[in-house]
Amino acid sequence: MNAYSFAHLAYHALTGHRHWRPAWRDPAPKASYDAIIVGGGGHGLATAYYLAKNHGLANIAVLEKGWIGGGNTGRNTTIVRSNYLLNANAQLYELSLKLWHGLSADLNYNVMFSPRGVLNLAHSDAQCDAFVRRGNAMRLNGIDAEFLDRDAVRRMVPLLDCSSAARYPVHGGLLQRRGGTARHDAVAWGLARAADARGVDIVQNCEVTGFRIVNGRIEGVETSRGPIAAPKVGLAVAGHSGQVAALAGLRLPIESHVLQAFVSEPLKPMLDTVVTFGAGHFYVSQSDKGELVMGGDLDFYNSYAQRGNLPAIEHAAAGALQLFPSFSRLRLMRLWGGVMDMTMDGSPIIGMTPVQGLYLNGGWCYGGFKATPGSGWVFADTIANDRPHPIAAPFSLERFATGALLDEKGAGPVPKDH
Amino acid sequence: MLRLPCPHCGLRDHAEFAYGGDANVAKPALDAPQQAWIEAVYMRANPRGAHAELWHHVHGCRAWIVVERDTATHVVRGARLPERKP
Repeated sequence: MNAYSFAHLAYHALTGHRHWRPAWRDPAPKASYDAIIVGGGGHGLATAYYLAKNHGLANIAVLEKGWIGGGNTGRNTTIVRSNYLLNANAQLYELSLKLWHGLSADLNYNVMFSPRGVLNLAHSDAQCDAFVRRGNAMRLNGIDAEFLDRDAVRRMVPLLDCSSAARYPVHGGLLQRRGGTARHDAVAWGLARAADARGVDIVQNCEVTGFRIVNGRIEGVETSRGPIAAPKVGLAVAGHSGQVAALAGLRLPIESHVLQAFVSEPLKPMLDTVVTFGAGHFYVSQSDKGELVMGGDLDFYNSYAQRGNLPAIEHAAAGALQLFPSFSRLRLMRLWGGVMDMTMDGSPIIGMTPVQGLYLNGGWCYGGFKATPGSGWVFADTIANDRPHPIAAPFSLERFATGALLDEKGAGPVPKDH
Repeated sequence: MLRLPCPHCGLRDHAEFAYGGDANVAKPALDAPQQAWIEAVYMRANPRGAHAELWHHVHGCRAWIVVERDTATHVVRGARLPERKP
């Protein structure tokens, strides 16, 4: 791999940018690999990268149905945080956040990680109490958290309507300063380039159509480009985990739902943090291009359509105007939907399956993008050592049978309510 | 906006309804094996395509109805009252 550097950039600038090479190869699949990762999104690429980097495996393929960065990796709202109440979630997302802080240097690729803070607004005394409790739980797990009163929130986000005349007056907020945003396409491209440089074959336009399972053990996959043998196969296809796992005869505690997001026209810098309005289903940050990136909640019905309906957008936009009256004349440029694995307890599933040699990474609900490096780290370790990584162990598929659920919100087995 | 054909009220915007999930999930007998309960409470077919699902007409007749809808195209093929209490 040609390491990107100032000298590298200067060379290409002086030679008229005629000699740039593709950032990763486009190989045809080989007949067999030591390990196959199904799904070339952030999680699959991170898994392959850490399998190569941490565990010394080089003969790995990532099989992607479409193209790199064309799925959910490019459909999220790029927010990174680890502000969770439950220990298992806190440790997984905090591992990920620590990796985010060094990811650009590690990959030699600028993922534009920006620790600009994530501020959760509270609108009642009860919500303040719950946020203080969550902040204390985070600090006991070694994660930064600060509770801000209303004046501190107003100083931090001057555009926010903090008056008592607001529809839902702001009482305070829970701030995680080390959280922020990252450029999601760059994450996919940087991981693909770094994995490729370590010998990983990234095979695009290669759809897995079946699994070869003999005596309960995986022997390979059937694909649209022919059969490929491998003793270990990892699934990282969140959004369609149920569909792909069904090819191996597995039923999962997952419903697929659509979550929408939308961006405004580009503006001058006006918002230097991430603001979330959980009481009303809305959150916003400003991208480096100046667009306000906004989202709300699910459309609340099963969907694989990658597009949603206007009532969900209208509801989120109403939340935007309750918090930020100054947004009222903005025009929206784009809106889109992404398909998400919503699990029965709202937490992801990482680990072994009843098929030997087949590993599952999915059920990411709203948490997929922020978990990208941490998820790849623990999933690679799980695949390499054929046992759950200690941080991944609580996220096993068996927890739905044993009752050791990770129900962050205490909402019960109703996927749309998490 | 999806429009759902409520058997009582006719074609109505889906914003009048609350979603109730897969209509084919049947609760097992109270003394059924634990695995049957795990399947009923947690495991879902989650199909891409035809899906029979419960919707509650909260802002209408308040009946639970079963809607046949395609989860990939959002095409609604019809609705009926459930045979048993959801």
